[in-house]
This record gives sequence, structure tokens and C-alpha cells, in this order.
Amino acid sequence: MTAASLIEVEDLRIDLDDGARHVAAVEGVSFRIDRGETFGLVGESGCGKSITALALIGLLRRPLSIAAGAIRFEGREIQGLSAAEQRALRGNRIAMIFQEPMTALNPVSPVGRQIAEMFVLHKGKSWREANQLAVEALANVRVPAPERRVKDYPHQLSGGMRQRVMIAIALACDPDLLIADEPTTALDVTVQAEIIELLRNLCAERGTAILMISHDLGLVANVCRRVGVMYAGRIVEERGSDDIFRAGAHPYTQGLVDSLPRLGSRAALGRSRLREIAGVVPAIADFPSGCRFNPRCARATEICRTTVPETTWLGAGGLVRCHHHA
Amino acid sequence: MKLGTSAIIGGMLFALAIFVGLFAPWLAHTDPVMGANLMNAEEPPSWIWWFGTDAQGRDIYSRVVHGARISLTVGIVSQLVNSVIGVTLGLTAAYWGGWWDDFVNGLTNLMLAIPSLIFALAIMAVLGPGLTSLLIALGLTNWSFTCRIARASTLSLKSQGYVQAARVLGYGDLRIMITQLLPNMIGPIIVIGTLGMGGAVLAEASLSFLGLGIRPPYPSWGSMLSEARDQITTAPWLSVFPGLAIFLTVLGLNLLGDGLRDVLDPQSRSRRT
Ligand SMILES: Nc1ncnc2c1ncn2[C@@H]1O[C@H](COP(=O)(O)OP(=O)(O)OP(=O)(O)O)[C@@H](O)[C@H]1O
Ligand code: SF4
Ligand SMILES: [Mg+2]
Repeated sequence: MTAASLIEVEDLRIDLDDGARHVAAVEGVSFRIDRGETFGLVGESGCGKSITALALIGLLRRPLSIAAGAIRFEGREIQGLSAAEQRALRGNRIAMIFQEPMTALNPVSPVGRQIAEMFVLHKGKSWREANQLAVEALANVRVPAPERRVKDYPHQLSGGMRQRVMIAIALACDPDLLIADEPTTALDVTVQAEIIELLRNLCAERGTAILMISHDLGLVANVCRRVGVMYAGRIVEERGSDDIFRAGAHPYTQGLVDSLPRLGSRAALGRSRLREIAGVVPAIADFPSGCRFNPRCARATEICRTTVPETTWLGAGGLVRCHHHA
Repeated sequence: MKLGTSAIIGGMLFALAIFVGLFAPWLAHTDPVMGANLMNAEEPPSWIWWFGTDAQGRDIYSRVVHGARISLTVGIVSQLVNSVIGVTLGLTAAYWGGWWDDFVNGLTNLMLAIPSLIFALAIMAVLGPGLTSLLIALGLTNWSFTCRIARASTLSLKSQGYVQAARVLGYGDLRIMITQLLPNMIGPIIVIGTLGMGGAVLAEASLSFLGLGIRPPYPSWGSMLSEARDQITTAPWLSVFPGLAIFLTVLGLNLLGDGLRDVLDPQSRSRRT
């Protein structure tokens, strides 16, 4: 296990088959994240970010399934693992937090117990030890008076506090990879900034790699070193965060950047929601042929409507998939 | 969490029955079986014989007090067995789905189609009378409502964020069922269980009345009623007091169950608001 990345997604295709239709929801998606690295996936709603994340942790369920490609964690293919081996990875080596801190916690269980459960489940701790570790874990996510808060039920906590608890649960077992799927969309702007800062610091301290998923390019670029831009189930551009802003090569990326508040105000984390690029994302069943962005693209020509653009390698490991990229 | 007045009255009636059952040996005046004395046969209720005596001169009060032990044991244990069976089947059926769900559904429908008392009667006929057979017969025949509730709750809880989150965190199926699903459906299960307990006390009485449950001379409220059948006009106290005990216990459990439903069952709560 020398040069292997922490996680490597190769030519992933996810099919949606609900009897009525059989289509590829995600296609040809490849990326790799090294140990301690930060990678972001950006794209409009429905472009396949969340189902890609679910595929990474082996939790795609009917009607969705992995139809082609490979996902390797530390060089081992996830699909080749037994159910028990996959469970031992989840929450332990690969953790995930979601958009909804309101619903992701069990309403009838004290939050301390929900944190402690991770130590019992994955680290074989006794409940006694686990409860102590839970207090530490809450302290680590800067929850005040953690020894009292562990006894609280989720409804007694604010949204921001609940997301902190979720982070404590996710980071409890010191995972190698943290997947954060829209971790702050449901929160107030000021709380968003705090939570993002906390996530970034904690992961940097521990050397935890982050896969951050959002439709907010500003947020993702702020946290991540590299960004993959997804459109309609495909990654259309992958670049370093700075390159994306200075010299986005794909028309869609450029649209995203242009719709952000101007530079400088980019520090106003999360505030910068995407303004729609003219037109809407096509529904999964009627993706256009050729480049899927062509109905909305000002630069589109005949070839765009017929031929899927090949990958063009840019400098510094960047890539773009467009016939007429900048 | 606030219980209504009727639920509190119900709870107190049930608590009284439990208290009497637990402390029967101290509360009773005489031995319920051996305390026969023909000198005192068929005494009406008085200061000495609170509930009167029967044809063999046994103290009815003492027999009712001891009867609480048997009737409540049957009610509580058989309902617990029903709850465990119902929850296990309903939860796993909805969680795993597929052929297991079809099988459990079929079985539940079958159980619902046969009146549970008739079913219990058939089992008793095979096993013969006695406490153990009663527990088996009543414990195996009344889980279908619990099963339905557990299944429906699981179906709606399954898509909740915290159940999905548990999967993402590496919880196994069993851990998800025990920590995420069960505690979130326990309210309605307790309600059904409380009402079912009343039903089981009644069923015990019915079976014993028919001579299939607890056999004389051991006092269960049902077997006492059965014995008192012939003297209902000449010595009505023989039937009135065990009948009253059944009535108050079942009433108590029903009031308690209804009151708990208002507090614990989110569906009826949202219906009221
Ligand atoms: N369980 C499912 N059944 C059917 N279709 C699904 C299911 N889950 C996702 N999809 C479809 O797959 C596509 C990608 O969904 P996904 O949730 O990955 O989008 P996303 O990029 O995360 O969007 P958002 O920003 O809204 O979270 C969508 O078109 C969605 O409708
Ligand atoms: S391939 Fe054509 S349609 Fe697609 S983004 Fe490039 S120019 Fe636009
Ligand atoms: Mg999503």
C-alpha cells in the first residue's frame, strides 16, 4: 500500500433502474483523494453528488446501483468487501455528516449515548469508557459544559449544536475520510461559518481527508484544495481551487464563478448561494446527447450536440471536458 | 407528558391489583385452598367473612386475593410474550421486506381471521388445563395487533434521517433495530400491550370458566366464577366478588391504556390537535 491514494474512484457509473426507466444517473466519474487532502464536489441540485457519496460508503440501494467502475479505499475495492467489512469501514474509517442536523440524531436517545455508541461499536470500548470519551468528543467540537450536554436530548439543542454533535459522532473514531454532504445548508449564516471553520480545523489537526459536497462553489473552494465540478452526472472540470476561480476552463464552471459575489466578499462563507445559470439542469431521464450542458451553453456548436467531449489535461493535474474550453 | 384523570384512576386500579397479588399471603385471612371448614359454609358477607364463604366454607376474600396472583401472572406474562413476538415479527418484516415480510403478513392475516379466544381454546384442548398451557395458549394467539403496529411504525421510521445516519455510521441491522427503531415505536406498543393485558385477564377468566384454564381448587378469578355458576341465585357473593375483581382490573387497564395512548401515540396526539 505505497502510492495508493486514500480513496480512488475510477470511471464510476451509477444506474437508476426503477422498472419504468433504466438510465445512468452518474457516469464516468473519476477522482482520487490522498491522505489528509481536501477535495470538493460542486454542482447544481440533482447532478449526482449525494449518490456518488453513498456509492463511496457502499450504501447505494435499489433503485440505484453501481453499474460500472471501481471505488478503492486504500487500494482495496469497496464492492469486493463483505457486508461486515464494509460496516467496519463505515463510521470508523470513512465517516459522513449530512445536511439535516435536525433529523440525523435519534430523538429518543441522549446525545452523549449516541456518541458513545461509536466507541462501543467500532473500538470495542465498555460503556463506561465510551461515556467518558463522549464527553471528550463533545469538548473537542467546542460544545460548552460537555459533561452536562451529554445528557441532553437532540430537541434540547440548537441546530448548530446538533451539527456539532454530528461532527463529534463522525470524528469519534478518528476516520481517515470525512464526507460532508451539504453540512451547513440548513443552518444560519453565522453558524455556518463557525461549523465550517470547526470542521476544517479538526480535520487539519487530525490529518483527516475531507470530501466536501455542496452546490456552493465559494464554500467548497474555501475549504478544499481541489474541486471537481459536476454537471448532470459527469465531472466536467477538476482543478485546484485557485485555478477554478482565476481560470475556470469549462463554460459551466465559468458560469458558477460569475454567479458568485465578487472576489474579496468570498470570505463571507456560505452566504454566496448560486444564482442560476440560464436554464435548468435536465431531468435524469432526458439528458441531452453529446455534452449534457449544450442546451444551456453559449459556446455550443454542432459537435457539442453529437459527441461527448474527451478529457483534456490542463496544467497541475487539472482536467476539463469541453470541446471549446478556455 | 401529562396523564388524564381517567388514566390515573386506571393506573391506580391496576396498581392496586398488582399490590394485592404481590402481598396476597399477608393480605389473605386464610389459606385459599386448604382453609376449608364446613362449619362456616355459605356464609354471606359480614365483618368476619368480608366477601362471604363458599359451600366448603372457604373465605372468598382470601381466594379473590390469591386469585389476583394467578390472573395477573397470566395477564402480564402472556401479554409480554405477545408483545415480544409481535414486535420481533413486525419490526423484522418491515425492515428486511421481501419474502419474510410476505410470510409475516400472511401469518398476521391468518391470526386476525381466527378469533384469538377460539384459537387459544383449541390450544388448551390439546395441551390440557393448567397455568403453563394457559400462558402458552394466550401468549401465542394475540400478537397480531402488536405486529401490525410494529410493522407500520418501522415502515415510516425506516426513512428517517437518524436511521439512515446509523447505517452510514456502520451500525448493523440488529443495532439499528434496537437503538433507532424500537425506542421510537415503544409508545404505541405499550398502549397495545396495556389494552392486551386487560384482554388476557378476561381471556383467562373465560377459559377457566369453561374449565379449560386454571382448575379448581386453585383460585383464579375465572375458575372461581366457574365454581360459583350453580349458586348464582342462592349465594350471589360467590360470583359477584371475583366478577368485580375482573371488572375493576380490566377497566383499570383499559382506562390506563387509553390514557397512555393520548400521551404516547403521536398519531392520536396529532389527531387531537
Ligand atoms: N432513491 C432514489 N430513487 C430514485 N432516484 C434517485 C434516488 N436518489 C437519487 N435519485 C436521483 O438521482 C439523481 C442524483 O441525485 P443526488 O441526490 O445525488 O443529487 P445531488 O447532486 O446530491 O443533489 P442535491 O444538491 O439536491 O442534494 C437525482 O436526479 C435524483 O432524482
Ligand atoms: S462541450 Fe460544447 S456545449 Fe459542452 S460546455 Fe463545451 S462548448 Fe458548451
Ligand atoms: Mg445531495
